[in-house]
Amino acid sequence: MKKFLLACLCFPLLAFASGAELHLDRAPARDRDYAALQNGAKVFVNYCLNCHGASYMRYNRLRDIGLSEAQIRDNLLFTAEKVGEPMAIAMRRADGKQWFGAAPPDLSVIARARASEFGSGADWLYTYLRGFYRDDSRPTGWNNTVFANVGMPHVLWELQGEQTMGADHHLTLTKPGLLQPAEYDAMVADLVGFLVYISEPIANFRKELGVVVLIGLTILFVFAYALKREYWRDVH
Amino acid sequence: MSCDEKVDCGRRRLLVATSVAGGVAGIAAAIPFVSTFAPSERAKSAGAPVEVDIGKLAPGEMMTVEWRGKPVWIIHRTQEMIERLSQLGDKLSDPNSERNMQPDYAKNAHRSIKPEYLVAVGICTHLGCSPSEKFRTGAESGIDADWPGGFLCPCHGSTFDLAGRVYKSKPAPDNLEIPPHYFLSDARILIGEDKKGA
Amino acid sequence: MAAATEKYKSDGTTAGNLLEWLDARFPLMSLWRDHLAGYYAPKNFNFWYFFGSLAMLVMVLQIVTGVFLVMHYKPDASLNAAGVPVAFASVEYIMRDVPWGWLIRYMHSTGASAFFIVVYLHMFRGLLYGSYRKPRELIWLVGVVIFLVLMGTAFMGYLLPWGQMSYWGAQVILNLVTVIPGIGQDLGVWLRGDYVVGDATLSRLFSLHYLLPVLIVPALVMVHLIALHEVGSNNPDGIEIKKHKDANGIPLDGIPFHPYYTVKDIVGVVVFFMVFSVVLFFMPEAGGYFLEANNFFPADPMVTPPHIAPVWYFGPFYSILRANTVNFFWIDAKLWGVIFMGLGVLVFFFLPWLDKSPVKSIRYRGPLYKGALAIFVVSFFVLGYLGMLAPTPGRTLVAQVCTILYFAFFLLMPIYTALDKCKPEPERVTG
Repeated sequence: MKKFLLACLCFPLLAFASGAELHLDRAPARDRDYAALQNGAKVFVNYCLNCHGASYMRYNRLRDIGLSEAQIRDNLLFTAEKVGEPMAIAMRRADGKQWFGAAPPDLSVIARARASEFGSGADWLYTYLRGFYRDDSRPTGWNNTVFANVGMPHVLWELQGEQTMGADHHLTLTKPGLLQPAEYDAMVADLVGFLVYISEPIANFRKELGVVVLIGLTILFVFAYALKREYWRDVH
Repeated sequence: MSCDEKVDCGRRRLLVATSVAGGVAGIAAAIPFVSTFAPSERAKSAGAPVEVDIGKLAPGEMMTVEWRGKPVWIIHRTQEMIERLSQLGDKLSDPNSERNMQPDYAKNAHRSIKPEYLVAVGICTHLGCSPSEKFRTGAESGIDADWPGGFLCPCHGSTFDLAGRVYKSKPAPDNLEIPPHYFLSDARILIGEDKKGA
Repeated sequence: MAAATEKYKSDGTTAGNLLEWLDARFPLMSLWRDHLAGYYAPKNFNFWYFFGSLAMLVMVLQIVTGVFLVMHYKPDASLNAAGVPVAFASVEYIMRDVPWGWLIRYMHSTGASAFFIVVYLHMFRGLLYGSYRKPRELIWLVGVVIFLVLMGTAFMGYLLPWGQMSYWGAQVILNLVTVIPGIGQDLGVWLRGDYVVGDATLSRLFSLHYLLPVLIVPALVMVHLIALHEVGSNNPDGIEIKKHKDANGIPLDGIPFHPYYTVKDIVGVVVFFMVFSVVLFFMPEAGGYFLEANNFFPADPMVTPPHIAPVWYFGPFYSILRANTVNFFWIDAKLWGVIFMGLGVLVFFFLPWLDKSPVKSIRYRGPLYKGALAIFVVSFFVLGYLGMLAPTPGRTLVAQVCTILYFAFFLLMPIYTALDKCKPEPERVTG
């Protein structure tokens, strides 16, 4: 009888059989590394901001990562006239859809959107940007390991080089690019770190404030609990 | 506060202390909510200072730019216009700009940094219409034979001179507002900010 | 009882004079007496008794944060200049451009999930101690109505950010009405205000999402509390404290709600905020359960996400819906799914009359009820977990078994509660 009950308890474990797997590489942390984030910003405005907008991110918010308004204006202000404006692009959605099959999505919150049970959004983006390989059956000539049949070409191909997909489902670098693989990976990590930052610019402040709030609440708890004990001494 | 059997002092102290702690927490919690009323980054960006190129503005001409949703006039005054400003004294409500409608650097006879250029918000101080330009002098203006040039508000008839000063006995109570501004160079003005370090 | 009709007499101070003036014109003192300083609650309330006042706290939190969010949110599904739906963009506007907007937004999103955690625990207290039993059936019924309105409110609120999950979740759920024979399709169009979920749907659900929690829920909560105070609170021992009163008519095991439970509930509130803050400040997405990752993609009517799941708190009911895969009689599986999903909530209404036990509290019930409750809780959790996953044949089988167990808890209750070997209840509370 006990065995039967035990077996019944295990019954719900059937539910744990999972669906399609996706293996993602871990994105190196770039959280408070301002130099890396600034590098990521540079890569972003130079390579991504032509097709992808980041329309909720204002240029002057980049002061968060240690840049001055003058630096932003001189080095990064590509798609707007004033630093207070958002990093929007001129391409219209309808055109994008026509030219690429799907309009290139706005990247403001992409790092939050790509989170899944397989890894964080950063992990997805890091794997994605390093997972392009040559595929002549695709109109762009490129395919991707995490996003099958993606409409985006490998924008960074000159830096990474060309990868091909082997029969064993592994990628090999068949043509080297301008950067060594380790350099390329580091650059992508910077870019991904930047995308994580723009998806929630307030993140670091939020965590810092959280510590302060919890300390404050702990103090309040001590008072409240002492008061409760004081009153409840009367109750037996 | 007397400490006797009627009032449990220890309990009262604790109650006050907890209330104070709770009050501090409450105020701390209220601050973010109240702050959400302040202008957002979008509003601040839209209300950002405006840079104007006055290089092509000929003497006697006026240009209008938008700042914070309001029309701002920049008038390139001729020497004659500037001289006429001092002759109007007793016809104006506030000839010396005593009332607070301009920054300190515009509190002078010509109500501007440089006498040749007036920068003023083109909104009548009565009820907010935008006055019309009436630079033609004398009877041609349609106002009266002595009219030295200035502005007439079509809504209720207030008149202003070429320094934006309001005439007496008109509905408008004040001179036109002079916005904060400064010269980036001889041909460029930044409207919306005082010169830093000025 | 002599004090019941006396009006307040000033003690000479300004405050006292003001109170006397007010009390002559408004039942201020009698309200204070009947519901706070003179409302005698059992002295043995435990951990499970925090969740009622916490539910009220979260309700106020949601209303206040909601009102402030509405000052900046725009319920507009059309695309802005950047090609993004205005509603979605307005949420990011709140997150980035409005001073402290991010905090208000996270409070509201965390608060929504907190509301359901608190309410589920509050309901569970009812199951533990028989709080729904006579004479408290009406409190329970009003409570189930509040729960239903809450589910509706949460569903409508989830559409507002206009992300992929918002859109497609609404599409799926609003399509459920189409199973009603005959009028189903027309009803769907009428509800949506359009042929598919769109701007019209967004606007009306926005209006109702404001109306329900601001007007309907507080009114129901007031009825809920008035009904409670009319009969007095239950307690972990499930016995009636009004059976033993002193010379003044005050229950021997009763203590005035104020100051004892006001001061105790304050501790509960502080602890709640500590847990709430840990989530809000360190993991507002809660692993994708409180803020789903897919909802950071703007709604796209042309692209269905591979996996549509409702928010976690609807999980159990969604599971029940999907567990129905067999066409019985002349009703097809889809309609059965809707029926059973609805019954999954409605069955709670019948609880006061299904329970035939002579005792109220689990402390004095026998092993049959304890076993049944344990099975119910496990089924509820399993159903909830399954509700968030894509269906597979194995998972569907588990969901079907758990659905049967879920309903069995209620439907077999008249039998097993009557058969159960209960322990004798004490005369006085035991703490």
